[in-house]
Amino acid sequence: MSKAESTETTPTEDGVIQSVSGPVVSARDLDARMNDVVYVGDEGLMGEVIEIEGDITTIQVYEETSGVAPGEPVENTGEPLSVDLGPGMLDSIYDGVQRPLDVLEGKMGSPYLDRGVDAPGIDLEKEWEFEPTVEVGDEVGRGDVVGVVEETVTIDHKVMVPPDALEAGETTEVTAIEPGSFDVTEAVAELANGTDVSMHQEWPVREARPSENKKTPRTPLVSGQRILDGLFPIAKGGTAAIPGPFGSGKTVTQHQLAKYADADIIVYVGCGERGNEMTEVIEDFPELEDPANGNPLMARTSLIANTSNMPVAARESCIYTGITIAEFYRDMGYDVALMADSTSRWAEAMREISSRLEEMPGEEGYPAYLAARLAQFYERAGYFENVNGTEGSVSAIGAVSPPGGDFSEPVTQNTLRIVKTFWALDADLAERRHFPSINWNESYSLYKDQLDPWFEDEVADDWSEKRQWAVDVLDEETELQEIVQLVGKDALPDDQQLTLEVARYLREAYLQQNAFHPVDTYCPPEKTYLMLTTIEAFNDEAFKALDAGVPVEEIVDTEAAPRINRIGVQEEYEEYVEELKAEIAEELRSLY
Amino acid sequence: MKEYQTITEISGPLVYAEVDEAIGYDEIVEIETAQGETLRGQVLESSEGVVAIQVFEGTSGIDQNASVRFLGETMKMPVTEDLLGRVLDGSGRPIDDGPEIVPEERQDIVGAAINPYSREYPEEFIETGVSAIDGMNTLVRGQKLPIFSSSGQPHSELAMQIARQASVPEEEEEGEDGSEFAVIFGAMGITAEEANEFMEDFERTGALERSVVFMNLADDPAVERTVTPRMVLTTAEYLAFEKGYHVLVILTDMTNYCEALREIGAAREEVPGRRGYPGYMYTDLAQLYERAGRIQGRDGSVTQIPILTMPGDDDTHPIPDLTGYITEGQIYVDPDLNSQGLQPPINVLPSLSRLMDDGIGEGLTREDHADVKDQMFAAYAEGEDLRDLVNIVGREALSELDNKYLDFADAFESEFVDQGFDQNRDIEETLSIGWDLLSMLPKDALNRIDEEFIEEYYREDDSERKVVEAAD
Repeated sequence: MSKAESTETTPTEDGVIQSVSGPVVSARDLDARMNDVVYVGDEGLMGEVIEIEGDITTIQVYEETSGVAPGEPVENTGEPLSVDLGPGMLDSIYDGVQRPLDVLEGKMGSPYLDRGVDAPGIDLEKEWEFEPTVEVGDEVGRGDVVGVVEETVTIDHKVMVPPDALEAGETTEVTAIEPGSFDVTEAVAELANGTDVSMHQEWPVREARPSENKKTPRTPLVSGQRILDGLFPIAKGGTAAIPGPFGSGKTVTQHQLAKYADADIIVYVGCGERGNEMTEVIEDFPELEDPANGNPLMARTSLIANTSNMPVAARESCIYTGITIAEFYRDMGYDVALMADSTSRWAEAMREISSRLEEMPGEEGYPAYLAARLAQFYERAGYFENVNGTEGSVSAIGAVSPPGGDFSEPVTQNTLRIVKTFWALDADLAERRHFPSINWNESYSLYKDQLDPWFEDEVADDWSEKRQWAVDVLDEETELQEIVQLVGKDALPDDQQLTLEVARYLREAYLQQNAFHPVDTYCPPEKTYLMLTTIEAFNDEAFKALDAGVPVEEIVDTEAAPRINRIGVQEEYEEYVEELKAEIAEELRSLY
Repeated sequence: MKEYQTITEISGPLVYAEVDEAIGYDEIVEIETAQGETLRGQVLESSEGVVAIQVFEGTSGIDQNASVRFLGETMKMPVTEDLLGRVLDGSGRPIDDGPEIVPEERQDIVGAAINPYSREYPEEFIETGVSAIDGMNTLVRGQKLPIFSSSGQPHSELAMQIARQASVPEEEEEGEDGSEFAVIFGAMGITAEEANEFMEDFERTGALERSVVFMNLADDPAVERTVTPRMVLTTAEYLAFEKGYHVLVILTDMTNYCEALREIGAAREEVPGRRGYPGYMYTDLAQLYERAGRIQGRDGSVTQIPILTMPGDDDTHPIPDLTGYITEGQIYVDPDLNSQGLQPPINVLPSLSRLMDDGIGEGLTREDHADVKDQMFAAYAEGEDLRDLVNIVGREALSELDNKYLDFADAFESEFVDQGFDQNRDIEETLSIGWDLLSMLPKDALNRIDEEFIEEYYREDDSERKVVEAAD
């Protein structure tokens, strides 16, 4: 994290601690502005100003405060909480205030997180090979790219003119630029207005980076998850919420998206997550291949891990740290997907701090500004035209952990008012190990219509019709199930029994997907589509047979159809599907 | 060290005292009453001139003349390998008339968070010998897997069975790997009778010599319960990460711990969260549960089995709810199954082990384990659903396959789950019973199992099946 040791914008005066209660410390005589970063106590624990009243300043501290006593000093940096932006953010793992956890381990010499240790968010000494993309004499505006460095095997990091170096519309001449090896703080280009452009930028986390305007997203974020791509797609630049009770598979769904979503960059924020789960990500991602290019997944990923036992104030800030990093890559013209697991922990961190401040609580003890903060966060997502004229997107996918799985609680409700995709996880489905346990009756995507043209161009003309067919069958099943609960399946007429059978294939083969199977874990849209057409083919043939007088028991008892359930695990699925369709038709036709 | 006789207010478990020096947050305090009794406490809030102290033993007997001493340090736990075999009270003082404990180190009980980068991902299967756990919700080393129970259920028996039987199969075969197994038992507010059962079991099985027992009983001061689990976990971390033990921590009952948190919150007049529990309960619980795990380059591990009794058997109550969001799964003890006499009465359907998928399979348990588990979950859930239906329409109205699912569900409970608290099944046996049961279903209903495994393990021949007849 950075508070620019170099800049001294405001003369600052040190204060003295007046009282300590958990993560909230108040100080006397501190000359500070709201949201300034301060160092608290003899150990220099990092904190942020959250309230000023008379000469008393209230600070939330990002580290454990045991042993901190009144009378110890508080030092103001005069800068708001900012992140270091530059090459080196990918393939990194940070805590909630962008301290690199691997560097901390080395510095502390212990597997435990000690206090008062600081490290910059990016390696300030590492040299990168800079390749200019403009020449001396070229005119550049704010945000314009002046050159690239290879950040990882997958991603070229674009070096940009800082957005606050020039006014909008203003341009200036490049006076010096050279290829070569530079560390992130050295100037790689000089501009006529006196600006030195380096690879390193700083940005206050609570402020959105500027953009030209927001556009309607029209390309899907393809996730390789059948139920998501097939029924409830999210757009690049879209927002989604995944609420669900514990054990319903929020984290697995988030991990699947982080692994297989076709974004250029993934920012994964583990906000109050389990330590072991973050370790799994740290161990798995470097070994997993990016399905787009075969490179290690970590080469496009930045991880922020603020586990549940790390200080609560850093949990409050980690979401902002993540989205600011995401915006920086968006400015380069990349499609970025941000996963936040879980936004409820973030909201609870706000509640905890708010209650220590003795603010008047809103609904269920959450602060009255909860809805506003959630809205601000999700509004930073979108499909943008950047200030440099490129297009980039930030997709935000937030897990929500409603207490007791009750979706009527404030975090879920306030989130649903903002996001356009809703993937409702269901404890009942999870209990019967139907994974991903996304409830197809409750979930929705408001992007469907604007994404259909893409799927129709790229995958199949009748993509949306097929989807509608599947939805209709599942709806009918839901209605029929109510009757079955009362009278049993055998009391239904034959055609309805057959509909149940078709719906069963939809549920078991199509909607379920095994995240732990090497092949089934990623399902390209083509395969998703073919699977649906196979089930429809079975449906058509079966109803023809039924019309021809074949009893439903015989249709259900055929041998080829159950192999629909194995399409998911086939690597060479095209051939398999073709053969299977033919066999299903042959077998069913042989019955009449 | 300065002594003050400046107590200004006594309220519930809290004492407020005026001071003229800087007192650190969380610092340890000794209060000496007029009767000469010494009580211990901890600074909850420190301001210039006045501090709020929470007194572990309760405030009775304290008056405004009591003297207050600040020890200038936060709470520490004296740790040493010699703690094994000892019984301590809830604040870590020996109560077993044994020799004095000479600590090797004194460690801060507020453990620092383990850097996620330094952790090692848990994937070593622990064989508990309980089929419902090993087969369906496997426990691995470094996991935190709570038992969700309710009053009057045999959760203690289950915990004892796990403590007794838990082992790691490969290591037994290869002989010891140098790491020993230890159990740390933290009792918070349980009754003396329950405590005696645990102690008797520990003594009977000889487990005591590899155990450390912390006892805070129902009639011990409630506030002390807030430090007991921290003492327990500090000891566990020391034994695991300094001395290389594989430590199994049993904490019972977390509900009492949370009640104590609420009591302190109320005394401080904090803004309460859900059902009056403090708003920071999630953070507080996380600071306990997250102290399970493994660390790269260290031999030992800390595995936690916290037990909590859900008030009203309601898992949406804040205590189980927040716990479930932190721990890596949960095991449900079910009152209905208990009244049917199942031992252990584990309901596998809502139970879950999040770390299971990486701890099972070829080389760890057996290659078909994951598939068998998935299929049994699906089949048992199906059977459970059908039971409701049978009550309305009767068995005759159901198809042949549905009837098989019903038989499966019955057999699953009687053969697989109900094994008794004394039987120790290895994983082969557990899976073999699983195949016995699955073979009751037709082959093509086994859609979650790889065809290869069906070929190898499915029992075509009725005579191979032991279970079917028994189930009918």
